[in-house]
Amino acid sequence: MTAHDPKLSRRSLLAGAGALVIGFHLPRGAKAQSGAGAAYRPGGNATFAPNAFIRVAPDSTVTVLIKHIEMGQGPFTGLATLAAEEMDAAWSQMRAEHAPADVKLYANLAFGVQGTGGSTAIANSWEQMRKAGAAARMMLVQAAADSWKVPTGEIKVEEGVISHASGRKGSFGEFAEAAAKLSVPENPPLKPASAYKFIGKEGAVKRLDSADKARGKAQFTIDIHAPGMLTVVVARSPRFGGKVASFDAAEALKVKGVVDVKSIGYGVAVYANGMWPALKGREALKVTWDDSQAEKRGSSELIAEYRRLTRQPGTVAGSHGDAEAALAKAERVIEAEFVFPYLAHAPMEPLDGYLEWDGEKAHARFGSQFQTTEHQTIAGVLGLPPEKVTLETMLAGGSFGRRAQVSQHLAAELATVAKTIGPNRPVKVVWTREDDLTGGYYRPLFVHRFRGAVKDGKIAAWSSTLVGQSFFLGTPFEAMVVKNGIDATSVEGANEIFYEVPDFRCEVHNPKVGVPTLWWRSVGHTHTGYAVECFVDELLQAAGQDAVQGRLALMGDRHPRAAGVLKAVAELAGWKGPGPVDGRARGVAVVESFGSFVAQIAEVSMGPEGEPKVHKVWCAVDCGVAVNPDIIRAQVEGGIGFGLGHALYGQITLDGGRPVQTNFHEYRSLRIHEMPEVEVTIIASTEKPSGIGEPGVPPIGPAVANALAALGHGRPRQLPMQGGSV
Amino acid sequence: MVSLKVNGTAHTVDVDDDTPLLWVIRDNLGLTGTKFGCGVAQCGACTVFIDGQPLRSCVTPVSSVGASEITTIEGLAGKEADAVQAAWTARDVPQCGYCQSGQVMSAIALLKENRKPSDRDIDLAMNGNICRCATYVRIRAAIHDAARALEI
Repeated sequence: MTAHDPKLSRRSLLAGAGALVIGFHLPRGAKAQSGAGAAYRPGGNATFAPNAFIRVAPDSTVTVLIKHIEMGQGPFTGLATLAAEEMDAAWSQMRAEHAPADVKLYANLAFGVQGTGGSTAIANSWEQMRKAGAAARMMLVQAAADSWKVPTGEIKVEEGVISHASGRKGSFGEFAEAAAKLSVPENPPLKPASAYKFIGKEGAVKRLDSADKARGKAQFTIDIHAPGMLTVVVARSPRFGGKVASFDAAEALKVKGVVDVKSIGYGVAVYANGMWPALKGREALKVTWDDSQAEKRGSSELIAEYRRLTRQPGTVAGSHGDAEAALAKAERVIEAEFVFPYLAHAPMEPLDGYLEWDGEKAHARFGSQFQTTEHQTIAGVLGLPPEKVTLETMLAGGSFGRRAQVSQHLAAELATVAKTIGPNRPVKVVWTREDDLTGGYYRPLFVHRFRGAVKDGKIAAWSSTLVGQSFFLGTPFEAMVVKNGIDATSVEGANEIFYEVPDFRCEVHNPKVGVPTLWWRSVGHTHTGYAVECFVDELLQAAGQDAVQGRLALMGDRHPRAAGVLKAVAELAGWKGPGPVDGRARGVAVVESFGSFVAQIAEVSMGPEGEPKVHKVWCAVDCGVAVNPDIIRAQVEGGIGFGLGHALYGQITLDGGRPVQTNFHEYRSLRIHEMPEVEVTIIASTEKPSGIGEPGVPPIGPAVANALAALGHGRPRQLPMQGGSV
Repeated sequence: MVSLKVNGTAHTVDVDDDTPLLWVIRDNLGLTGTKFGCGVAQCGACTVFIDGQPLRSCVTPVSSVGASEITTIEGLAGKEADAVQAAWTARDVPQCGYCQSGQVMSAIALLKENRKPSDRDIDLAMNGNICRCATYVRIRAAIHDAARALEI
């Protein structure tokens, strides 16, 4: 087994389509862990634990064990909101903590394993967390009724106070012990939406993690210190797929604080008392790399190759009518090619992990996004049965997809580094920013070729060919996500579109390239959203149609939610066409991703140095029931900033297989003066909640591009818009 | 051996002279509110005050700080700090939260110099602090909130 080869013994697709709907059965031994990590007690000193999620302490605090990692998108607050609603708790008594790794209790119901991704946290917890809260409430009420000798129906619960008309009152804590002795109701009734106090209510709920995060008190993996702990950095091959041929550690071992240096096959691990000695030790290390199997192509070679492929038949990912015949008959074929670079996720906290292992059991602590598979990977590398390994999820300083590792490479590296130095040496592995940016697992480079034709104000034909790496083909996840040779994450958003086109075709090529790639916030929509929304805008322009009215006409009545956000954003922005007015033009885009619909209008001018300036973005979002409206707004604001920064500036280029950008001076990140004003409207909905962590990202790039077209600059065919160098 | 004064307490640590202040604060003194984000003074996550001035601790050798008063987020006190941290909490500024120690430090430094910053002043003072979650809309709003609170 290599570091990039997780042990997943059996797997099968559980349910559904879509980017991140995955699931598999676990080997029989994988169940709730106990034993190791004795000090690790999620839920603290609770006396009432009616189910896997709710913990009520004698002081009436309610701690909700959160099965999803908190990496910024707000599941601590969101899942606690659902539980608090049904408990009729006061928000001030609510707390949140990560649940331990335990697939039987804490699986993501959309995946079948414990893990976070695909903007599913609220969606899959919607019923589960409300039921958990409702069961707890019923039991507390029963305990009070028993004590007061009154019928349960006469008891009220408001803001965490249990009361009876007789004047009796009590707190959750007072009845916690008695409630714990009662049987757990199996199917507690849920409130009607009309009775909600928290869900969807502006200002009712504040994030549970803001105060600590504003005071430097939040504990991330990098903050872990333990007696005897070694900080470990790894020297990795400058090219992907390289291996250690030989190394000389003599100088590294002379660095004060360096404890040991060991090969781990694909790299050399430096163990030290602290980060600075580890870094100095790595600097002093002499490694000769075996590049014989490494990827040596650069971005420009890959783009040239992909361009050729866009002109060859690929795998058909979507088709109706006969697009080729329609294009052959067209008076004029409009053609557009789009080039998307590799992108790094660059979460502010680089990858890291902590592990203690005594030879018989192990306790891992890190920002695990796929707990079930990472737990199995650590157990596999250490040769331990899964029940001898505990995994404690830590707050993560961002992810954007980076910690959702299909390959399990970080968990494997953590366990390998611990195993290599031997038991009873706690290790903390830390990646630097350079390790992060040059370390691969990028959003794949893509080239798209679009051809279309218009007739009588409508789109007559549409054909697209997408070329880029799949991060599922050839992995253990292939069976789950790839159907009929189509990796849904390569083509989502492009193989089916909102717009009525009589003759339509979408083809894909997934060439093999030795650069590790991965999903990146909004996955396939990061490129398909841009290309489709630029191309439809271009066709509508050619057809003499307005960008908003033209889109609505092409949607007909088949896409009411997409049409709904488009109309709402047009109203919010006071859309009167793209302009320009006083040097500022507007562009629009609408994208569905992860079950949510987002439309944006961007107001843009061109700066004196040829750099687009985005002044304001209006956004309408429909994500079903809006559980936490303010968190939804925050995710949309952040998604717009994240999407905009990469559309304008973001790229990892490869030169001879080596990543060129090594830190933020070269991998330019959006800064505060580049952030537009953002105005968000949330569509009232009774649909089940859908995702919001990712859907704010895709529309901003094409909205800006369409505004640039109105300014006379054309829609950028190659990203990033500023400084694209490949 | 290097001596330094952090949050009012004198420390002597056994590290190489070239060790960045950041790693002394985090690894030797165990004050982990100050964060590592880039190591090359590009992101601002490591911002501390040296004699009241914001500075990137990741590129500041510990041997260069001498007898200066170093303040980390753990050692903050005063009305600007209170106003900024209260505004950050009330606005729910943080998402992942990792960069926010540095953002808060830069915001406090701004308000100490300028009690009524314009948007342009905020741009100039805060553009050395990267937030990959792009919480910038709320950072700006929270600084204005804090400025208003300090007027009272």
